[in-house]
Amino acid sequence: MIISPRHTQKIAFSLLSLCTVLVIAPVFVIIALIVIRGGPGISWEFLTAMPRMGMKAGGIFPAIVGTLYLVSVTMLFAIPFGVLAAVYLVEYARDHALKRFVEVAIVNLAGVPSIVFGLFGLGLFVVFLKMGTSILAGALTLAIMTLPVIITSTKEALSTVPRSFREVSLSLGATGWQTIRHAVLPNALPGILTGIVLGLSRAAGETAPVLFTVAAFYLPRLPHSFFDQVMVLPYHLYVLSTQVPNVKPEVQYGTALVLVGMVLILNLFAVIIRARFRRRKQW
Amino acid sequence: MSKIHVQDLNLYYSSFHALKDVSMNIEACRITSMIGPSGCGKSTLLRVFNRMNDLIDGVRIEGEVLIDGKNIFGRDILLSELRKRIGMVFQRPNPFPISIFENVAYGPRVHGLAKSKDLEGLVERCLSAVELWEVLKDKLHHSALSLSGEQQQRLCIARLLAIEPDVLLMDEPCSALDPIATAKIEELCFQLKERYTIVIVTHNMQQAARISDDVGFMLLGELVEFGQTDKIFTNPVDQRTNDYISGRFG
Ligand SMILES: Nc1ncnc2c1ncn2[C@@H]1O[C@H](COP(=O)(O)OP(=O)(O)OP(=O)(O)O)[C@@H](O)[C@H]1O
Ligand SMILES: [Mg+2]
Repeated sequence: MIISPRHTQKIAFSLLSLCTVLVIAPVFVIIALIVIRGGPGISWEFLTAMPRMGMKAGGIFPAIVGTLYLVSVTMLFAIPFGVLAAVYLVEYARDHALKRFVEVAIVNLAGVPSIVFGLFGLGLFVVFLKMGTSILAGALTLAIMTLPVIITSTKEALSTVPRSFREVSLSLGATGWQTIRHAVLPNALPGILTGIVLGLSRAAGETAPVLFTVAAFYLPRLPHSFFDQVMVLPYHLYVLSTQVPNVKPEVQYGTALVLVGMVLILNLFAVIIRARFRRRKQW
Repeated sequence: MSKIHVQDLNLYYSSFHALKDVSMNIEACRITSMIGPSGCGKSTLLRVFNRMNDLIDGVRIEGEVLIDGKNIFGRDILLSELRKRIGMVFQRPNPFPISIFENVAYGPRVHGLAKSKDLEGLVERCLSAVELWEVLKDKLHHSALSLSGEQQQRLCIARLLAIEPDVLLMDEPCSALDPIATAKIEELCFQLKERYTIVIVTHNMQQAARISDDVGFMLLGELVEFGQTDKIFTNPVDQRTNDYISGRFG
């Protein structure tokens, strides 16, 4: 039997749309479920109060603060190292075996399961460097995990800046660093920011790396220093779902909603930065 | 003393011999054009003078290039100083995607040449020199990418003038422009040659004949002939030059 091209076209089109729908449907189902079941649990008190009654009631304030605090410290380490490493790799390093090895290592680092980062952080920061279970240890662990994201996207952003910008700048007598600083980085900034935001949202949502390095099971107060433990949202959610009996679903789903909301807002930022840049970029 | 003195210059891209025993003298305040078929090494030669070939891996250079009597490959040469004096205009207009003002101010800022209050005067002088000031003085903060191709190329020249170079290297500055814009840029070169030494690469024989005082003809990395424009065009010594300018190849 011969199918006419018009029919194959139709079949291909339907198959492709079906796949797309199948891929994105779960996302919508998950989000809808969380919103419907968690929505009623969200209240001012839920967002700003300490947990009470063995976390079955009250709010999740310390977990929200803990997550924000942890992510901020993470970025303090991850942004400078990630961005500068990428600048070095793209702008300075000559193409030789070592450079290629480093690049492969970075790609592989991105594929390492997060629990491995958690155990690595436990071994290195918590135990060996004696930081204990602390914001510092957790942030360093998360920083290492987000580095590949930041490095990769920064590298990509740098390599989309046209070569001619560098040539012109150098031909005007600017030094290598002046060229990077004034002709390259400003034009790569949106891409770099996008990478940072994506790295940030990944760091905010991970449980395994914080499990042994920073997360407190139940700590109804705010942190005082880098060396404190904190509650963090993903781990808190895990605890509420598996460790504490008889937690009301609004509390569980409410926590999930706050976490998902935070991550989605961050990703939305990335999308907006990207879209704005695309409109402005003209070369 | 010539402005640029080239003696037995050889350049290799790894194993490829791109410039072969080039020797010539480029005089100050004249327009020198380099002509020759595609791939003969004109751009390569130009990029020797401001050492832009340093950016390419595997380039090896032998021979001597003196600018104002000083060896540009000498150890005491600061690249940024050299490139500040020997400016380059590229084939495609390439303003930065920032405002017109910031484009012109880029070089002076980098070199710390002007305080912010003098900067405005400097930008005005440079834009006037390329005859953009009257048209653009109210649009200084518009994006440079909003300009036409010819205006962009003028802006690039203004950006270059702002760092007060004394040699302008132009690598086919008109090849992306239409004939009217080309004529205007040529006119500009005429005005600029009073104060600057201009070396221009062109594929356009009429252009070379129109604007230059001296012409060098290159073929496969060799400088076949170098001399005054009218002499080269009316009475070339080498048969290959004759063939090229009469359009028999290239
Ligand atoms: N980066 C490079 N690596 C290796 N070979 C190169 C490189 N740049 C140029 N070449 C070679 O050197 C020769 C001269 O190149 P060049 O760009 O100087 O020619 P050109 O005369 O400017 O040509 P065109 O008129 O097309 O611009 C060419 O054969 C080219 O293939
Ligand atoms: Mg060329």
